[in-house]
Amino acid sequence: MLSKTTTLIIRTPEGVTFEVPIASPFCRCIALALDVMIVLAITIVLAQLAGALSVAASTVPVLGEVMEDFGSGATIVMQFAISIGYGMATEWLWSGRTLGKRVMGLRVIDERGFSLGLKQVIIRNLFRVLDMLPSTFYLLGGVSCFLTKRCQRIGDIAAGTLVIREVESSPPAFDELVKNERNSFAALPHLEARLRRRTSPEEARLVMDAMTRRDELEPAARLQLFAQLASHFREKAAFPDEITIGLSDEQYVRNVASTLFRRASV
Amino acid sequence: MRDMIARMAEDRPVSQPRGFWLVPHRRTASSCSHPVLKNDWRPGTRGFGEEPEEQGEEAKPRLALRSPLPHTAGVILDVQKFIDRERGYWDELAELLRLQDNQPDRRPPLDEAKRFHYLYQRTSSDLVKLKTFAGEAETTRFLERLVARAYSRLHEDGGERVPFRPWQWLIRTFPSTFRRHWIAFALSCGTFGIGAAFGAAALKLDYQSKADFIPPQFSHLNEKPSKRVEREEKQDFDAFQGRHAFSAQLMTHNTKVTILTMAAGFLWGIFTIILLFYNGTLIGVVLFDYIADGQGTFLTAWLLPHGSFELPAIFIGGQAGLVIARTMFGWGTNLRLRERFTRIRGDLLTLIGGAGLLLIWAGIIESFLSQYHDPQFYPWKIGLGAVQLTGLILYLTLGGRKLPRPTLSSD
Repeated sequence: MLSKTTTLIIRTPEGVTFEVPIASPFCRCIALALDVMIVLAITIVLAQLAGALSVAASTVPVLGEVMEDFGSGATIVMQFAISIGYGMATEWLWSGRTLGKRVMGLRVIDERGFSLGLKQVIIRNLFRVLDMLPSTFYLLGGVSCFLTKRCQRIGDIAAGTLVIREVESSPPAFDELVKNERNSFAALPHLEARLRRRTSPEEARLVMDAMTRRDELEPAARLQLFAQLASHFREKAAFPDEITIGLSDEQYVRNVASTLFRRASV
Repeated sequence: MRDMIARMAEDRPVSQPRGFWLVPHRRTASSCSHPVLKNDWRPGTRGFGEEPEEQGEEAKPRLALRSPLPHTAGVILDVQKFIDRERGYWDELAELLRLQDNQPDRRPPLDEAKRFHYLYQRTSSDLVKLKTFAGEAETTRFLERLVARAYSRLHEDGGERVPFRPWQWLIRTFPSTFRRHWIAFALSCGTFGIGAAFGAAALKLDYQSKADFIPPQFSHLNEKPSKRVEREEKQDFDAFQGRHAFSAQLMTHNTKVTILTMAAGFLWGIFTIILLFYNGTLIGVVLFDYIADGQGTFLTAWLLPHGSFELPAIFIGGQAGLVIARTMFGWGTNLRLRERFTRIRGDLLTLIGGAGLLLIWAGIIESFLSQYHDPQFYPWKIGLGAVQLTGLILYLTLGGRKLPRPTLSSD
């Protein structure tokens, strides 16, 4: 098995590099299961409608026979058209998202990060007949997903597409992190300046990540992490005891974050 | 410190891009000419690429960060101020993207397209700034997603926008695409022919093996041909009795087989060749069985009307599969697989689309005409089949050829 990559790295002509998370096979399986259920539901509803029409038409002598046969023929064609066309229509109309993918927050894109083209949509859905083999177990597609670096089924490779995770997000509110918390360091601007000067971007990044993700940590891990961070930053700028006394490690790091990331007060 | 970074890296959600945490800030102050990276920048003052109109306000004396320390390679952006100022642009871009997602067919007016481009560039620039000067993970991730969506919208393949003209496609594109890959078509026919010869030879050597060749869904073919012909010719034909359903089943089944024959080319053509050979074997068995039993006329009248379209459609499916196989091998080119597939994608769709049309017609003919076994109509059925086959050959060999331009005579 090739080593997996979880992100698609795109470098734009403007020189901007960004990463897009690639969907895992598990998420794709759930999205597929949802789509299969939707296709089944549509097919059943249409078959019921065709059956009802046939029953209604059967009261008419000749037309009844014709309609009954026509109805069953039309149902077969519709089932086929829906099973093939559902993925094509939804991915084309909704820019790479079927209903199942919408629910799971997935989207199909060109493997260079572009929007999907119609040809790509058709090809990746036509190749589903091969991915589904044997029978409808998706063994070939599954094996391909596990063997390829970017989790692509055969249809994806042929169409030059991949499935990414697309979660709507918003930037964190920095005010919220330090809201209602007085930064006692602000009383000593020269020490704040020293702290800023001696802190590298990597360390600042670490502080901000610790602050934004502190609620995700186990209590013991949280205590330990903030103790280590506070100890580290105490060495950078020695704030006097009258400022730091009574401050917990987490409060200390919060003050550091406020000092580093908020507008300087001088 | 490294321990802490590593621990947090382990603890972070799986979704977070790997490799983000330990990327060192490679640019050094001395290697960059921009004042910001020369440490002439101060926190709370204008950052790299920020609005010049803020210069006046920010020109007040502040504590300068002139770091003598070599490890202080970059400076920290005032994230709160940065977000406050840029948030409006990001929201506007997100709103435009939402609008496009909800109305994919909408063609934005020029002003909106220009604005979209501006917002994309500005947000991209913000992303670079944030990555370089702040490294704040949450906002960076948010901007990456926003820029990715906008980038995807802006950079569409221009070729896809060429309007599809069905008539042009039918009279020009399909036949010329077919001819462009004629070797694959010949191989497809050849494989099928070898399969047919094998089936006929196997039946000639051991007639009892016939049942082994006939799949369960075609069990009626196990009957002795002369008996079947006698029974079929006496049977009344009801044009409506189950014909629509039968026609639909044939169309869908044959279309699936043709698509599979094409897609199977991805497995380096092996599966395509097996499918063609197998179908050829089946046809070879049936042909030999009926001809050996003296039912050649019935066979021709039965198979030719729909077979004249159905078999070429399957050959075209095989042709597409072999085109894919050639692409997989990459003979005669040093392009990567992705580029190779990009080049044949249009041809594949044309071939499979053409095969689909042929199969639809073949399904209709098979349901409503081929199963009508009245001997007095055999000449008509055979004639129709012959006309169809001739027409198809002429269409595929001559269709879409450019006529020589008339030259002006000097007289």
